[in-house]
Amino acid sequence: MGISNIWVFSQESNGTATSGTLELLTHARTLGGSVTAFVGGDASAIAGILGEYGATKVYATGDLGGALPGAAVASAMKAVIDGGDSPDLILFPQNYEGRDVMSRLSVKVDRTVLTNNVAVAVDGDTVTVTTPVFGGNTLVSTSFSGSAPYLAAFRPKSFAAESAGGGAAEVAAAPVPDLGSTGGATVTAVHVEESTGPKLDEADVVVSGGRGLGEADKFSMVDDLAKILKGAAGASRAIVDAGWVPYSMQVGQTGKVVKPNVYIAAGISGATQHMVGMKGAKNIIAINKDAEAPIFGVADLGIIGDVHKVLPKLIEALEGRG
Amino acid sequence: MKVIVCVKQIPDPALPGELDPSTNTLKRDGKLILDESDSYGVEMALQLVDAAGGGEVALVSMAPNDEMSGMRTALAMGAAQGLLVSDPALAGSDALTTAKVLAAAVQRLGGADLVLAGTESSDGYTGTVPEQMAEALGLPSVTFAKKVTVDGSTLNVDRQTEAGYDEVTCPLPALVSVTAGVVEPRYPSFKGIMAAKSKPVETVTAADLGVTPVGWEGSGQAVASVEQAPAREAGTIIEDDGESFGKIVEYLETIKVI
Repeated sequence: MGISNIWVFSQESNGTATSGTLELLTHARTLGGSVTAFVGGDASAIAGILGEYGATKVYATGDLGGALPGAAVASAMKAVIDGGDSPDLILFPQNYEGRDVMSRLSVKVDRTVLTNNVAVAVDGDTVTVTTPVFGGNTLVSTSFSGSAPYLAAFRPKSFAAESAGGGAAEVAAAPVPDLGSTGGATVTAVHVEESTGPKLDEADVVVSGGRGLGEADKFSMVDDLAKILKGAAGASRAIVDAGWVPYSMQVGQTGKVVKPNVYIAAGISGATQHMVGMKGAKNIIAINKDAEAPIFGVADLGIIGDVHKVLPKLIEALEGRG
Repeated sequence: MKVIVCVKQIPDPALPGELDPSTNTLKRDGKLILDESDSYGVEMALQLVDAAGGGEVALVSMAPNDEMSGMRTALAMGAAQGLLVSDPALAGSDALTTAKVLAAAVQRLGGADLVLAGTESSDGYTGTVPEQMAEALGLPSVTFAKKVTVDGSTLNVDRQTEAGYDEVTCPLPALVSVTAGVVEPRYPSFKGIMAAKSKPVETVTAADLGVTPVGWEGSGQAVASVEQAPAREAGTIIEDDGESFGKIVEYLETIKVI
């Protein structure tokens, strides 16, 4: 009894395991039970690091040949489960691939999914996950009922990644079965939006702009301030939806989760959707015209004022320091 | 071309959300409106049907209390008909049950060349229902579409990724979830609003669709506790007097960013 067999849906990026994968593997080790990494793709490049962070076994589907991972990886997981290796709990990263795979698998095994979590606890056979709601003001803990496997997705940075010093894990093939009518979605070209400076979700300083900037051109102020502070520029969903900046800059529920040393919100009101992506910042500075804006509720320093007046002066003052 | 759009009717997001203290689930018993996230799917469907030279846009929705005001908004935009699943037995349903119910609703309408949905609702944002529906319907799917075109029986989609976007092709029939901002949703015209009042909306129960068990009984989850998150300590809020940038400089110095 208890939770003895835990899987982590593991992803590769640029030849190594993603930070989200390492966070989940690290936390999985603390839950009691064996930890298995399940890779959609070829695992030869990352089997070493997956083992180092705690996986004692790695399943790999092999190259997906451009197929979108949702149906393919879920079918491969289902085949392993039907073959007799049935996990009690599967941890997924809260991102595109994680969501697609867990959704498909959920129907195949007829089990619920719990998403947007930041914590998980195991007590005997009971698995409880916690998700912040209402912009993070309220924490709702939910237990799975019925029988395993339990499927849960976690937001980035919910756990710290720490090496366990383990050796390379044994890799077992988990080929993708014939997908029948659910196959056919194929990637034909990949486009990467180039950005300079530190990555948004890793930067020590993040400066984000929102609708209060008034027009797309004014985003250059946010860019300039980010550059001076050697940080990354981010954005609220409102101006991403409006097409001012690419989606890769979006901070929030449906975008990136950032936990920088300082987060500067310029012209952002602080919708729930945005706050969950930046509330973890150590220091928050907000500039907004509306004194009632919810962003002031989380700000360590709040300036009630016009970003068009405050930002140029701030940039000038910082540039003056050389 | 026939397109079915999943539309959710939600409490007005401008109002503060609330949990029902007896069930610890989101209160949805007041007036509901069309989730803005779904207005993009409705608009996309109307545009694709136009581009295909004809066809029909139909809606499926699951909501309590026979609520259909949000569906009427989508009908006013131009959808032809709707199927509403409303059933007290559905209260407490998890995302998987919701997906099964909506998939059965799509089948009751005779299926479609394309099923469209938002990527996640603005109230519950589980974000799994579209892909779960695709699996339940045995369809291929492309999630997080930011551009969709149809060429004969093939979909071409620009799909958002962490780093940028992928170009994806997919045979029809298929299911696609579209991101906000993918198209500019039209405002319903006065004529559209008047016409929507007489457009057919069939209301059915979960049992009519043959989906059991549903609601609390069919849910694989139960809320264990609800707590207030530790609040951040109140900060310093000041009114800009033309010199407030100096306070920001000071603050950045204090935390050694500069």
